[in-house]
Amino acid sequence: MADVNLVSLTKKFGDIIAVNDMNLEIKDKEFFVLLGPTGAGKTTTLRLVAGLEKPDNGEIFFDNTKVNDFSVAVRDVALVFQYYTLYPHYTVRQNLEFPLKSNIRKTPKEEINRIVSEVSKILHIEHLLDRKTVNLSGGEMQRVAIGRAIVRRPRVFLMDEPLSNLDAKLREEMRAELARLHLDLGSTFFYVTHDQIEAMSMGDRIGILNEGIILQIGTPDEVYNKPRNVFVAKFVGSPVINLLEAEIAGEKLVIGRKDRTIECNLTDFQCKLVGTAKSKDVFLGIRPEDIIVSREKSGINSFKCSVYFKQSMGVEDILNLKISDELIFRAIAPPKFKADVGETIYANFIMDRSHIFDAQTEERLELSTQKLKL
Amino acid sequence: MAEIVLKNIVKRFGDLIAVNHLNLEIKDKDFVVLLGPSGCGKTTTLRMISGLEFPDEGKIILDGEDVTKKRAADRDIAFVFQLYALYPHMTAYGNIAFPLTTQRVKKSIIDREVNKAAELLKIKHILNKKPKELAGGDMQRVALGRALVRRPKAFLLDEPIGTLDAKFREEMRTELKKLHTDIEATTVYVTHDQVEAMSMGDIVVVMDKGVLQQVGTPSEIYHNPKNLFVANFIGSPGMNFLKCFPVKDESGAVELKVVEADTMIKIPENIQKIILDKKMIDAEMVLGTRPEDVALEFKECQNYIKTEIYIIETLGTYNIIDLKIGEEILRVRTLPSVMPDIGTPCCVGFDMSRIILFDKKTGKSIL
Repeated sequence: MADVNLVSLTKKFGDIIAVNDMNLEIKDKEFFVLLGPTGAGKTTTLRLVAGLEKPDNGEIFFDNTKVNDFSVAVRDVALVFQYYTLYPHYTVRQNLEFPLKSNIRKTPKEEINRIVSEVSKILHIEHLLDRKTVNLSGGEMQRVAIGRAIVRRPRVFLMDEPLSNLDAKLREEMRAELARLHLDLGSTFFYVTHDQIEAMSMGDRIGILNEGIILQIGTPDEVYNKPRNVFVAKFVGSPVINLLEAEIAGEKLVIGRKDRTIECNLTDFQCKLVGTAKSKDVFLGIRPEDIIVSREKSGINSFKCSVYFKQSMGVEDILNLKISDELIFRAIAPPKFKADVGETIYANFIMDRSHIFDAQTEERLELSTQKLKL
Repeated sequence: MAEIVLKNIVKRFGDLIAVNHLNLEIKDKDFVVLLGPSGCGKTTTLRMISGLEFPDEGKIILDGEDVTKKRAADRDIAFVFQLYALYPHMTAYGNIAFPLTTQRVKKSIIDREVNKAAELLKIKHILNKKPKELAGGDMQRVALGRALVRRPKAFLLDEPIGTLDAKFREEMRTELKKLHTDIEATTVYVTHDQVEAMSMGDIVVVMDKGVLQQVGTPSEIYHNPKNLFVANFIGSPGMNFLKCFPVKDESGAVELKVVEADTMIKIPENIQKIILDKKMIDAEMVLGTRPEDVALEFKECQNYIKTEIYIIETLGTYNIIDLKIGEEILRVRTLPSVMPDIGTPCCVGFDMSRIILFDKKTGKSIL
């Protein structure tokens, strides 16, 4: 019910720049996820939007209205935190009614009943309405906390790692439920997390944040398939992308050191790309699912290697493959491909799915016309 | 180098039975993971192996020797709590040498031992660096080096990476597995995270409420879970469960009635036979299927359940599509290119060679 626009936003704590000249547009009804490691500035950004912190510089707009000087209440946002803040002695119903009974709102009784029953239905907590919140499980409590945010129909939902304290199974369930809730409500969601799976699975768009700076904004598909730099490539995706030190040699990349090198043939497009490179030193980024393993050599970018060790993911194995002590990479083996540790196999690099990064700047090589917009 | 055998171990804390008649054999050089939710008895088991706790009943055998009554210090086992807790002011060398310097071992011997450990761990080139100059994987190696110079028979690790960020944890998992491949020391690792257990363990030991649920390779416990607990705990996303009961049709064939979908589905003959042999017609059961064994179709099909698209989770390598069957959520793993609209009608079917049927009453797999 609102778009949120951050313009040149900066927040410092002493010498630390928590948020550094951030520009970000969150569209109306969008599920936007800010993703980054601990200390990246995610929570500070969220608190600035909520009005819990004052920026040192920059402006915050809700629907073209500058809200810098508005209090939390006037901004009309709802916050959901990692730790649920419920009134323990109240029942679920009382917790849900509470925001509606405030002096500002003074909602009529029938209206309150209608809203509470509607919201509890959406969140599947109808059967819990008369229970005290102290008697609820973690997942149930988090649903009530979200419910309390929903009843107010705020302009923007702000969520700070709301699933972190739930166990793995419940987190999976809540991911789907939150994404669906967002669709059903048609509200703007601003969600921060360090977990790339949450970002990828729920976000319409993701902003990757590190050290107070946004490195890339895009749909899950864009950040996964066109990472702008090494940081984004590594942060998004699991198992993590392979990043191999390489040197440009004409239409090839030479990977590895001394005599144990392999030569990857570049695609036509990549030949053009490396032509624009400032230095010969690059990283080849290739995701484990884009290395195809086989028993026989298959194609020009197929290399002999040995199985160093395996990691099971249940449905399939991650094979850690070794060409030399310095040249180790990971490939996903299809469910039917069984290889033993120490066995010699071939790894086929699917080059048109790979990424090339400048070794110095760690930026993705792009033709100038193709530079991705931030 | 150690083989550890637990025989009928019982440990009580007051009225609580923390570990209930546990039998377990840990082979030399294996990486064994004790996995379960909090309170399952995994940490208590580890502490009994180390000698920090003593069992009320049963025996602990280390390399053929009964060590049940031996103190921790006399067992030659290294207990590592947090792998990244290094002394920041000391170099990697100083950190590794620490247990020996405190014992006032001769300098020349310390030097020899540290270098030997560093060679094994492939960290000779970083011995002069301080922890803050080291990458995460190297820090872990230094921490293990510190344990290694004591020449333990086995490593015991208790949730060593549990508090780290998701991304860093993934890196650490690979590093630890690589390390184990290099040094081949018997390792017992405790975690509540099934991803850690699956990706590192040679053998995974699943526990719940003090009771051993299943022991097996990651592949065994993933594909052939013995009960609902293991099936639910292993896998991400977890196994799908649908309530059902077997029904005999007019021709005598056994079919499954899926309760929430109000649909009959056909099952293979070998499973029909098991149901008949166990006299389980009309018994309450749970049909278990992995998300990768569920097929999604956008046309009418035979032997399929009708539903609609509830939500799509894009994960890069693949998508998880959530469907609702009555009140139950069913997840399907698809290629990243499958992106139907929310609400699209569809049919789901199961790879019948991969289904598991559980007896709802006992929770046990009948297959």
